[in-house]
Amino acid sequence: MNSPVDNGLASDNRRLLLRLALSALVMFGFGFLLVPFYEKICEATGINNVLRPEAEAGARFAADAPLNSQVDASRSILVQFDANLHDLPWRFQPVQRSVSVHPGQLVHVEYEVTNTRAEPITGQAVPSYGPQLAGQYFRKLDCFCFAQQTLAPGERRIMPVVFVVDPALPSDVNTITLSYTFFELKGRSAASSAGGRAS
Amino acid sequence: MAAVTPDQLHGHHAPRGVMRWLTTTNHKDIGTMYMIFSFIMFLSGGVLALTIRAELFKPGLQVVQPEFFNQLTTMHGLIMVFGAIMPAFVGFANWMIPLMIGASDMAFARMNNWSFWLLPPAAILLIGSFFAPGGATAAGWTLYAPLSVQMGMGMDLAIFAIHIMGVSSIMGAINIVVTVLNMRAPGMTMMKMPLFCWTWLITAYLLIAVMPVLAGAVTMILADRHFGTSFFNAAGGGDPVMYQHIFWFFGHPEVYIMILPAFGIVSQIIPTFSRKPLFGYASMVYATASIAILSFAVWAHHMFATGMPAAGQLFFMYATMLIAVPTGVKVFNWIATMWRGSLSFEPPMLWATGFIFVFTMGGFTGLICAIAPIDIQVQDTYYVVAHFHYVLVAGSLFALFAGAYYWLPKWTGHMPSEFLGKLHFWCSLVFFNITFFPMHFLGLAGMPRRIPDYALQFADFNALASVGAFGFGLSQLIFIVVVVKCIRGGERAAARSWESAEGLEWTVPSPAPYHTFEEAPVVR
Repeated sequence: MNSPVDNGLASDNRRLLLRLALSALVMFGFGFLLVPFYEKICEATGINNVLRPEAEAGARFAADAPLNSQVDASRSILVQFDANLHDLPWRFQPVQRSVSVHPGQLVHVEYEVTNTRAEPITGQAVPSYGPQLAGQYFRKLDCFCFAQQTLAPGERRIMPVVFVVDPALPSDVNTITLSYTFFELKGRSAASSAGGRAS
Repeated sequence: MAAVTPDQLHGHHAPRGVMRWLTTTNHKDIGTMYMIFSFIMFLSGGVLALTIRAELFKPGLQVVQPEFFNQLTTMHGLIMVFGAIMPAFVGFANWMIPLMIGASDMAFARMNNWSFWLLPPAAILLIGSFFAPGGATAAGWTLYAPLSVQMGMGMDLAIFAIHIMGVSSIMGAINIVVTVLNMRAPGMTMMKMPLFCWTWLITAYLLIAVMPVLAGAVTMILADRHFGTSFFNAAGGGDPVMYQHIFWFFGHPEVYIMILPAFGIVSQIIPTFSRKPLFGYASMVYATASIAILSFAVWAHHMFATGMPAAGQLFFMYATMLIAVPTGVKVFNWIATMWRGSLSFEPPMLWATGFIFVFTMGGFTGLICAIAPIDIQVQDTYYVVAHFHYVLVAGSLFALFAGAYYWLPKWTGHMPSEFLGKLHFWCSLVFFNITFFPMHFLGLAGMPRRIPDYALQFADFNALASVGAFGFGLSQLIFIVVVVKCIRGGERAAARSWESAEGLEWTVPSPAPYHTFEEAPVVR
């Protein structure tokens, strides 16, 4: 290994060794780089948005998201919201006056209610539909009318209604009005306030 | 040159005894140590496999408890992949590449010594982890998060063992690349190189590219376990599926790291015993390179069941099936080499022919697993176990035995016993198929892998597989007898030990002298 030719070979070898060792080092870093890289890919394509399902709408891979095949996108129904009080010292109104929905689509709307009196009151909302026929095609998955609502003095509450309009809705119905009327449950309220006083 | 330098005397004043082996920088010594080490690891991994098969001989729990069973499957995989198959191929590379290209030694002789002597400590860490509190790692050889983040101390030992073995194989790979590129004898152009050197050159590039990624992946697991990071910990915002992506970015090229040198060995043996030059040499080189490049684009076919966009499944499915094309070119070329050759079936040729036959079956089940909708059915069943044992045992291991029988005369100076070699082959082939062929049916019937117990309807095939496994394991003891007899004595081998064997390694005497090609030969 002393001849000049061999020295040339030795330095060639060393140069190649350094280059290969460097590429091994770069690949070690690349392993770690894969972490942010995958995150960005998933973010850009919307593949792995477990935490933000709503982001799927704009994503390129949205087609792979579970699609609700029951939605009839060819029809739009105008759903109007109405709120009434029956002898109740409350303020009660829908957050949105109306929404346009496709039959089969899951819709989430809200109502706002405020107790203006200085004592707790329990009320129960009763829905009604216009036209009345639409009621049987109106499927509520969640509604504040499913339970009695007890409001503390001055309490303001946002309450949900989650519903689907059945695609079997007759084709001549294009507008549905959902109207709620709150009634006071006097007995309950008295009992609860009596209980409160007793303790 | 008038002065005699100490360098030139090195071989004659080398230390004796243990120090000779600890300090040796001779590629033949190191190659021998690699092969002895890998055979010991092969037997250790085999003992674990036989314990697994003993437990699975009949339904219910008889031999081991489920926690220990999981450790057995994990360690069997890790030991066989990192301890047996990979070092065995590096051993072949050390012994044969300098002889084949007419170099006096590997490019970095001392680094070569280090890369071997890193392995025994790694093996001690790995096998010693059985005695750690909580036992060895039981996360499967793939060390998937979140299991690998939750295991006990055995997992840390396995991680360190993988780090050390990774450094060892990267150093070995760098050595091989530099040797092949810079140390060839005059006239030995790249396209004249024996195919074994070509496949190892490409394998070495794969190793340099992906072993560091595995090191990174297990480092991230280590950080998740002890340093409060959350790479793969979902509770901290990490993603366990990302571990699978990073692991298989290493893992799929790793599959080809374990099979490409086997292709090289078989491509040396088939022409010798067909007495014809290799059919389609250039296409073999290009096929090897295409397999290596494609191997970087198919990793997610191991993850079809993790939930992937249909576009991703289609891409990885088609890319995987594309690999069958260059692999088919290789199988075609081997058969075309044998076509109308003057065939003779000495033990190396038997093993090589057996390799082609059984490996091709494993390749076809691989194609079946590549089809995403079928993979959803068979993933994590014994069908997959059958598939990868057909390619790793009947592929890599059979090729290793073929190569060992082929070059034993060059290593020891004596011809291996033909009778024992044939007995070893036929026992291995028959028992291998008795062990693994029924697993296809078990998998299709839905038997899950890595489970110590199973439903009653799987009992018959499992009993059959266990009988086959013990037969296969015991057959390997024949190989020890062959090698010991071959070292002790036997028919003297000529320099060209096999009629019509081609290549520079057959121009040096058998056994190969301690120093060869100090004057570089000239290749016409």
